[in-house]
Amino acid sequence: MRPGTGVPSGLTNQRSNVNRLTAENVTLAYDQRVIAERLSVEIPDNSFTVIVGPNACGKSTLLRALSRMLKPADGRVLLDGAVIQSMPAKQVARTLGLLPQSSIAPDGITVGDLVGRGRYPHQGLLRQWSAEDERVVQESMAQTGVAELAERYVDELSGGQRQRVWIAMALAQQTPLLLLDEPTTYLDIQHQIDVLDLCAELHEEQGRTLVAVLHDLNHAARYATHLIALRDGEIIAEGAPGDIVTADLVERVFGLRCQVIDDPETGTPLVVPAARRARGAGPAPARAAATKVS
Amino acid sequence: MRGPGGLSFRLDVRAVVVVALLLVVALAASVLLIGTGDFDIPAADVLRTLFGGGNAGQEFIVNELRLPRVLVGLLVGAALGVGGALFQAISRNPLGSPDVLGLGQGATAGALTMIVLFSGSSAQVTFGALAGGLITGTAIYLLAWKRGVHGYRLVLVGIGVSAIVTAVNGYLLTRADIVDASRAVVWMTGSLNGRDWDQVWPLLALCAVLVPLVLGNGRALRMMEMGDDVSYALGVRVERVRALLMVAAVLLTAAATAAAGPVSFVALTAPQLARRLTRSPGPNLLPSLCMGAALLVGADWVSQRAFGADQLPVGVVTGVVGGVYLLWLLVTERKAGRI
Repeated sequence: MRPGTGVPSGLTNQRSNVNRLTAENVTLAYDQRVIAERLSVEIPDNSFTVIVGPNACGKSTLLRALSRMLKPADGRVLLDGAVIQSMPAKQVARTLGLLPQSSIAPDGITVGDLVGRGRYPHQGLLRQWSAEDERVVQESMAQTGVAELAERYVDELSGGQRQRVWIAMALAQQTPLLLLDEPTTYLDIQHQIDVLDLCAELHEEQGRTLVAVLHDLNHAARYATHLIALRDGEIIAEGAPGDIVTADLVERVFGLRCQVIDDPETGTPLVVPAARRARGAGPAPARAAATKVS
Repeated sequence: MRGPGGLSFRLDVRAVVVVALLLVVALAASVLLIGTGDFDIPAADVLRTLFGGGNAGQEFIVNELRLPRVLVGLLVGAALGVGGALFQAISRNPLGSPDVLGLGQGATAGALTMIVLFSGSSAQVTFGALAGGLITGTAIYLLAWKRGVHGYRLVLVGIGVSAIVTAVNGYLLTRADIVDASRAVVWMTGSLNGRDWDQVWPLLALCAVLVPLVLGNGRALRMMEMGDDVSYALGVRVERVRALLMVAAVLLTAAATAAAGPVSFVALTAPQLARRLTRSPGPNLLPSLCMGAALLVGADWVSQRAFGADQLPVGVVTGVVGGVYLLWLLVTERKAGRI
């Protein structure tokens, strides 16, 4: 079983007791549509935090706010004690990396070039490319297992390889905090596990703080050290998966009746949806939610 | 394999060679163009005259008549090349170039208003074209704006605006008498005939300010190719860079159009050709600039050679070349399954 939250290993915590990335009473909205109101979240330093919840619960929106893509309508997001919007863009980019859901590989770009672009926040007009950049790019490609693809075109790669390349680009940014928005979407099961293993490695071996939005509750329970369960823009529960994932919680968050058993491989909670007959006359929304969680 | 200098070094070599070659081509075409006309001057004499060693007759023809025309050609080509590269990079679409977006039509509307309604002087026509281009550019930007400008919306809005302005232009032309109408049609084709130093200086000043500004933001623009989210994550202030570069691109395109008329397809083709030569992703701003200059002056030389001095406006040649290129682009993109 994985260690719980607040493991003080790896990177040094700049100010003890206060986590580096927090949201205080944020109201998140797109135009007039309010997704979450007065939401407060702390990302424990050195954790692998995973945000879960049904579709449209605001998990990606929360991640966008934490990564300053979305300006809160009210409240504030703090990075190292400063309001994230007020910080110089490149300074944020050296501290906090993001792997967004949508990214475009430019036509005819090679893997090496794409990963190299992750060095942008460390460069300036006068300092465009250094031996250090080269070293970090090689290292990032080696860590994600794409070093041998360096000269290949990104368009030619498979979905799983491409996701590794984008992760390598985010790694080349060398940020202690890394946010990933549904990094396993559109991947086969073996590539999903592959990407999650890579994330766990980055967290455990390099002490990076990871925050990911995941669809699959079982993946979340297996890999997260800290789980945040969100529904309708509200945090229903947070903590170590082993402490909070219960049949009751899954029913409250996803509207799905289920059993929670021990994962025979890792001992983490494993959610087994109740058989169709057992759920039988369940309410319609529960059934809709059940089909989407997978 | 990558050399010790790293990957940016390797890419730069090819781009630098391309830029150098295009500059040589542009300058060579310029010298040939200066030597071409009713009174042909050999290239060697042109060079000698340019460096102050010619006889009085040659000096007048070269420095007063033909040099400013060629300089306008170089500057217009450069401005259209870099303006096109900016638009295409911002819209992430090769069709997002000023020709398609209706900036040329907007400038034409301004110029036609001056010619047809006010029978304006050439300075007033230039001013009208500039104003028309700027107004159209602003309108497109405002209409396409919705939490950031997105490629397809920009292209579609541009096409819509272009259609409206084209209709206005048609109306203005039907209102014109025969003298104004023929003047308008010549202007609308895009021509370098009769350009003098008065057109060179403002264009040169504008390029001297905007081109360094644009090149300074080239790296941020390169990041923006990967989508707004990724570039935000990398620390690019996406909206600010985009607004700044749009303004620069509209100014460059409008000024070029005001100076030489809506020379068609240079802004569309120059960045694409440059990109195929450098074989590198990214906006390829400097190669596009040089390609634009080389294309325009080269096309002008071809039209002068083939059809005689001042017979065929340069816009006809760039239109034919650009049209053929556009078809080829559509066919190859289709084969590659992108459209």
